[in-house]
Amino acid sequence: MHLGKVIGRVVATRRSAGLDEVRLLIVQPLDEQRAIAGDTLVACDAVQAGLGDLVHVCDGREATLALPVPFVPVDATIVGHVEQFAHDGPGPQIGAGDEP
Amino acid sequence: MFIGKVVGSVVSTVKDEKVASLRFQVVQELDEHGKPRNKYVVAVDTVGAGQDDLVLYASGSSARQTTLTDGRPIDAAIMAVIDSWDVNGTLVYAKEDLDTVGWTVGEP
Repeated sequence: MHLGKVIGRVVATRRSAGLDEVRLLIVQPLDEQRAIAGDTLVACDAVQAGLGDLVHVCDGREATLALPVPFVPVDATIVGHVEQFAHDGPGPQIGAGDEP
Repeated sequence: MFIGKVVGSVVSTVKDEKVASLRFQVVQELDEHGKPRNKYVVAVDTVGAGQDDLVLYASGSSARQTTLTDGRPIDAAIMAVIDSWDVNGTLVYAKEDLDTVGWTVGEP
């Protein structure tokens, strides 16, 4: 899984079966310093994430296990909000209420 | 998943019989601003995407999770045709036949 920030939303009415009511959000992957770490991607949302939220994203087929219907062609799902994030490297720790 | 644009289709008469009945589209990956990334994939179309449609495609074994591609040697599948998307509340793309006059960026 990796850290990310929700930066946008995608609307797609024509989609694979089993994905109705699943929200599609654009996520910018981040590293532990909250710096940009890789290309943006589109993930399904399993935790009602909103714009600007710091989240963690599950990749690959396992991403479907967080969705109402698991047999769907999905390779990324937001599986958690990040309130706190500690790391032993330099740079600020992320505490609750920090601006992600 | 990644945003992509259907830029062409692939026709191959000699191919593995497990993929015989599938439609292959050439998809160019785009970034969140709609700018092309230097990456193309050949993806199986599972939702009836047409030429120049903006789509979402899934990669890896997730691509086999449709009735069409289940159990087949497939690692990329178009799984949605995009109507619109916004970044930080600004509309970036809306399909031209979508009536965007007065369409505000609200909850999809």
